[in-house]
Amino acid sequence: MNTLATLTWKVGGAQGEGIDSTGDIFATTLNRLGYYLFTYRHFMSLIKGGHTNYKVRVAESPVRYHGDDLDILVAFDQRTIDENAHELTEDSVLIYDSGKLKSLVIPDGIQVKLCPVPVTDMAKELGSPIMKNMVASGVSAAIVGLSADAFDSLIEERFGKKGDSVVESNKAAVRAGFEFTMERYGVLKQLPNPQPADDGGGHLFISGNEAVGLGALAAGCRFLAAYPITPATEIMYTALAHFPRYGGKVLQAEDEIAACIMAIGANYAGVRAMTSTSGPGISLMQEAIGLAGISETPLVIVDVMRGGPGTGLPTKTEQSDLNELVYGSHGEIPRIVLTPSTVEECFYYTAEAFNLAEKYQCPVIVATDLYLGMSKQSVPVGAIDFEKVTIDRGELISDEELLALAPGEYRRYAVTESGISKRSIPGQKNGRFVAMSNEHDEGANEEIEDPETRVQQMAKRMRKLNAFDPSVLSVEYDGPETTKWTLVGFGSTRAQIGEAVKHLQDKGVKVGHLQIKVVKPFPDALVKRYLSGAERILVVENNATGQLAELIRARVGFHDRIQSCLKFSGDPFTVEEILAHCKLEQGVGL
Amino acid sequence: MATMKDFRTKNKPTWCPGCGDFTVLAALQKAVAELGLEPEQVALVSGIGCSGKISQYFNSYGFHSLHGRSLPTATGLKLANQDLTVIAAGGDGDGYGIGMGHFVHTVRRNIDITYIVMDNHIYGLTTGQTSPTSERGFRSKTSPQGAAEEPVKAVETAIVNGASFVAQAFSGDVKQMTRIFKEAISHKGFALVNCFSPCVTFNKVNTYEWFKEQLVNVDELENYQPEDADCALRVLAEANGTVTGILYKQKRPVYHEVMSGASDVAAAKLDLRLPKEEQQALLQSFR
Repeated sequence: MNTLATLTWKVGGAQGEGIDSTGDIFATTLNRLGYYLFTYRHFMSLIKGGHTNYKVRVAESPVRYHGDDLDILVAFDQRTIDENAHELTEDSVLIYDSGKLKSLVIPDGIQVKLCPVPVTDMAKELGSPIMKNMVASGVSAAIVGLSADAFDSLIEERFGKKGDSVVESNKAAVRAGFEFTMERYGVLKQLPNPQPADDGGGHLFISGNEAVGLGALAAGCRFLAAYPITPATEIMYTALAHFPRYGGKVLQAEDEIAACIMAIGANYAGVRAMTSTSGPGISLMQEAIGLAGISETPLVIVDVMRGGPGTGLPTKTEQSDLNELVYGSHGEIPRIVLTPSTVEECFYYTAEAFNLAEKYQCPVIVATDLYLGMSKQSVPVGAIDFEKVTIDRGELISDEELLALAPGEYRRYAVTESGISKRSIPGQKNGRFVAMSNEHDEGANEEIEDPETRVQQMAKRMRKLNAFDPSVLSVEYDGPETTKWTLVGFGSTRAQIGEAVKHLQDKGVKVGHLQIKVVKPFPDALVKRYLSGAERILVVENNATGQLAELIRARVGFHDRIQSCLKFSGDPFTVEEILAHCKLEQGVGL
Repeated sequence: MATMKDFRTKNKPTWCPGCGDFTVLAALQKAVAELGLEPEQVALVSGIGCSGKISQYFNSYGFHSLHGRSLPTATGLKLANQDLTVIAAGGDGDGYGIGMGHFVHTVRRNIDITYIVMDNHIYGLTTGQTSPTSERGFRSKTSPQGAAEEPVKAVETAIVNGASFVAQAFSGDVKQMTRIFKEAISHKGFALVNCFSPCVTFNKVNTYEWFKEQLVNVDELENYQPEDADCALRVLAEANGTVTGILYKQKRPVYHEVMSGASDVAAAKLDLRLPKEEQQALLQSFR
């Protein structure tokens, strides 16, 4: 299936036995050598036991998807083989811990090259079974044709603090695995060509969640309140790691309601503030979203979607919060919902969210998902550039303007043509107002009984987004004007859709890819324009009810041409699944 | 310098005549004026209910937030700009019902704000239902047989959870209330002032007269030690909670001085741009 020159590698075992660290060491090293990687962590909502795996896809050019198949599987237990057999092909290499897996069972019909290595025993001999991740790294290095010292600098960096003997024993473990493998098996899978960055330091190796945190920092966000929740917690970690150095505050709130309300309070006080969460958290925040809407307080929320409903699938990906983000909260408010589709977009869209929140004085939600949020990947140095982030604080009233007014004359909610009124910041003289969650008049006084004021203020708020220009951020189209198939998606599915589209193009099918990156306000005209030339429209999304397809039908039409390609198992799409859908529906010869 | 009048707005309070909240408002206006604060230096965050309307009548920056959410709003505000004097105000239903979780956690953090609760033992604006501080056996529209629950012991809860300033006041004694407000606002850290503020329309039990009969004033107790939590809890237990005065105070680190990102410069006044070399170093850590 691979259309790129790629190599896929996976390590799996029980949670708590060093799978993540093995994957991380292998991937970080390759990234520094100049390869482009995409990594995907499959894990369960438990601490020890169960099954976890870490997959790395290595390529010569940027890659956004971890791949349908597997070239190399490193199995620490039988379950890893059972659960990942569907990715194995007859060319795959299976490295397994032969000391532990004495009665290995290979599922029927699977032909693989078997490479038994007594990983745990070797680690024990070298002093500690913990070092089996280092042995496995050495084994992997040999199989793909890396040198034995490829991991040295990373080992020095990671273990230097623990002393020379720890560094040396880890290096020895890598070498032991390397030598054992070279002797018995040699290089079985050659890596593609590395493309080192100009300075030789490798590409950036970063997840969507980390990029969100950096984007916020670049935009001048100096306050984050959040409640720990998979898969969004990494955003808080990123903030904790980098905000305090610049005076940015980070607070672990008692719940998501508090986190979101704190962000509103902080935004009101003039700092750029945000919160980050996932499914159950975004549900708790709905009343706060309404509060930000009516009080016209800027607010940035990042929702890293996971499987729902309820507690759902905490450690699996899904794109099922869309309706809630677009329609949620009581009453009606203006809001913006952005759906970045790459790590770079996680950075720039989060940064832009702060501009939009202040420009339109309304909540802005950045929606990603576990797959985009937690997968670390290589991006070229320079692709994430703080200098490219602009800061626009919107309609703030100046001290001079306020002092020119008589006391009490400033009207926070003045009815304007644009729907946006100038905002004062507490501390400014003559700028006093009460941010109101009740309906109010222009001067922020309660006027809930007065229908005229109500209509005026509602209409003012609802026309705020009339100036929102969808042409800048909202869609990206790749393909000819007329197509047999146009594939549509939002968020992380972009990668697999992109590869499916490329595959179809290679087969000579006239195909297009429409990526929707703003779902509220919905870019009706643009979507209509790009879809009008499509014979068939396939909307690909990770949910059970086709929420994006529904939105397109409601906003644009094309009811008879739209079909849904849905997946809600918790796993991201494979390219094959998307292609199979086109094949099935259209009889396209693939 | 601002006077009490400067903290008044043109809005005429819509509270019922005789409502205890009038004196809370007046005492607060007097307290901030006597402390020499200017209206723009103060932010008053209120919740929902009759008490929540106070931000409409108090001339400072304000935020009329949501049911039970005055404390997280005030927390965000204070942490964004520690130079502001931040006051949160609300009712017993607002603060000890829907907002109880936030209350305990704000106490634990020791956010440097003053929290004024207008406690009338009933839900007023929703026309008279049982509140978290209603006595057991209290009859109302939602407890026709008498409330089955024990009342929330708010000040005790604050003390045992590490509050740094806990006081109670009574709307019938505006002088003591003003003095307590001044001390609470001057206190560095979280200051709770639970104000018995009778609802003259719906609560026919806990009236001004009833409170006057019940109340014990710690100012009049010999050897009362506000630094001694056990002493405070004992006096509260003996008087079934109806005690006024400064009940407890202690020195504790203030949250904005010890939290992640603590800085002498208010967050709202920081530079938004990172120096270029910092940007590079930051990105370098992702390789």
